[in-house]
Amino acid sequence: MRAVIRTAVAASVLLVIYGLQVGVEAGFTEYVQRIILLAGINVILAVGLNLINGTTGQFSIGHAGFMAVGAYGAAFVGVKLSAPVHDALGPGALANAVIFNLALLAGALFAGLSGLIVGMPSLRLRGDYLAVVTLGFGEIIRILFNNASFLGSATGYFGDDPSGLPAYTNFFWVFAWTTVIVVLIHNLTFSQTGRSLTAIREDEIAAEAMATPTTRLKVTAFAISAATAGIAGGLFAHMQAGVRPEDFRFERSIDMVVMIIVGGLGSISGAILGGIFVAVSLELMRDLQQYRLVLYALLLIVIMIVRPEGLLGTRELHHRFWRKKPAKAAGPTESA
Amino acid sequence: MSLLELRAVDKIFGGLHAVRGVSFGVEKGAIFGLIGPNGAGKTTLFNVITGVYTPEHGQILFRGKNIAGLKPALIAERGVARTFQNIRIFRTMTVAENVMVAGHHLHKASIAAAMLRTRGYDRDEQALAKRAHELLEILGLAELASEVAGSLPYGSQRRLEIARGLMLSPELLLLDEPAAGMNSQEARTLNEQIRFLRDQLGLTVILVEHNMAVVMNVCETIHVVDHGETIAQGTPSEIKSHPKVLAAYLGEEEPANEASA
Repeated sequence: MRAVIRTAVAASVLLVIYGLQVGVEAGFTEYVQRIILLAGINVILAVGLNLINGTTGQFSIGHAGFMAVGAYGAAFVGVKLSAPVHDALGPGALANAVIFNLALLAGALFAGLSGLIVGMPSLRLRGDYLAVVTLGFGEIIRILFNNASFLGSATGYFGDDPSGLPAYTNFFWVFAWTTVIVVLIHNLTFSQTGRSLTAIREDEIAAEAMATPTTRLKVTAFAISAATAGIAGGLFAHMQAGVRPEDFRFERSIDMVVMIIVGGLGSISGAILGGIFVAVSLELMRDLQQYRLVLYALLLIVIMIVRPEGLLGTRELHHRFWRKKPAKAAGPTESA
Repeated sequence: MSLLELRAVDKIFGGLHAVRGVSFGVEKGAIFGLIGPNGAGKTTLFNVITGVYTPEHGQILFRGKNIAGLKPALIAERGVARTFQNIRIFRTMTVAENVMVAGHHLHKASIAAAMLRTRGYDRDEQALAKRAHELLEILGLAELASEVAGSLPYGSQRRLEIARGLMLSPELLLLDEPAAGMNSQEARTLNEQIRFLRDQLGLTVILVEHNMAVVMNVCETIHVVDHGETIAQGTPSEIKSHPKVLAAYLGEEEPANEASA
């Protein structure tokens, strides 16, 4: 029964996304469509980063690095898979869908593994070590790609085809993945594991005294967060003809941090709003490109003064409507 | 055999010998008081027992096995629960969630199962919520289950810490000043609750407390430390008239104020 209902819900959601795709492609210019796709990718980035920065309270400021690993990984695997899959399935949409999703998963795997490698040493310790290590990681990864000749060095990776990477990314795939990731991360956040992660944020010493395997949970959450950034990277890579190292500069990590701080650290709905906000505001600020970091800094200062908890704080939009109020027990039992 | 036994435990911070050669045994089912003037080393002893600190010398035997130097999470898993002197609840979480955090052993579902919300996950989650509710009922907090923990009054936060500790299904419960910040009526209720934990749940309780009304009323054996060293052990009436204890609390020549924080 449960499986049937779930399949039905999933199928109808995909159908709705497909319907929206038809509408969006007919009704909006390429320019607007691109912003919508970027907004979806940002939502994946923000929701993933919020798991570690918001829910777990461990600050990563190098998630552009994981996005880069996912982007390059997906692009590379996609190119290598192209010939064998097309041989097996022939040309057409099905083969492309298989290649694309396998490539995205490969990118997520690479990014998740780099998350493990970065997280294992730096999350054993309490405090701000993660921020420093991820900052370094983000830069090291970019410089590695800048020098990896089989991935095109500084020019970027464009695959074997002179026309560049295939443009697999479209509205359907972006929002199908966004939905999947938001649902999975939401379920994780509101589970026993999510409670333990929040407990680590609130008081790590007390969490440990309550038998919480803090290091293991922090590293796991970090790897999951890195893997989602990898998916976003793979989607991003196949939106344009190629992946370039300068797409993953430090500014992109800051963009992600801005998304979750604007939306409210620890809130998934906040992260979604923040992701959309940054996609739109980056476009609006296009002419002010070189002042972007200044404007973001100003924005952050204003938020810290006016609303330090961000748009939503740790609240969730849907809980306003859905969270059940517990029935009040009759009669006071408390003595005080 | 004692449930918990300390053998000549030393804890040194730089030049400060915070605990020096302390030995005592706590029998199963006891309510054991640990008292002493401020800075005597009581909380340090708790931290050594629960693995926050590793002692420089000595052994800590829990159920006959040395637990000195184990990680706090492992010691908690073996059945030692504690509360904290300066309350450490998870402030932004609800009261029920605070308790559920300590319920790993009831929640076997994997992270993947949690993400996919499998049947097994839902079953574990329900069992956990039910157990948390039972414990909140014991501590008189059931009505506050969905309140944000940080908004509770002080006394309720202390009882929440106890409920959370009980979620570990411990054998030994260490209470660090549970009556601090409670009024006299709350303290009386606390006495009853501590006895209930021992009589009905079969727990062994070690209590650090400054509220002598609570200590003398509820403890069967009291161990007194001063400057990190044992100065006396006995029943409440023995301790009340023990010359060394009186000297430590009231001072021999210059009066010391034990009530100051």
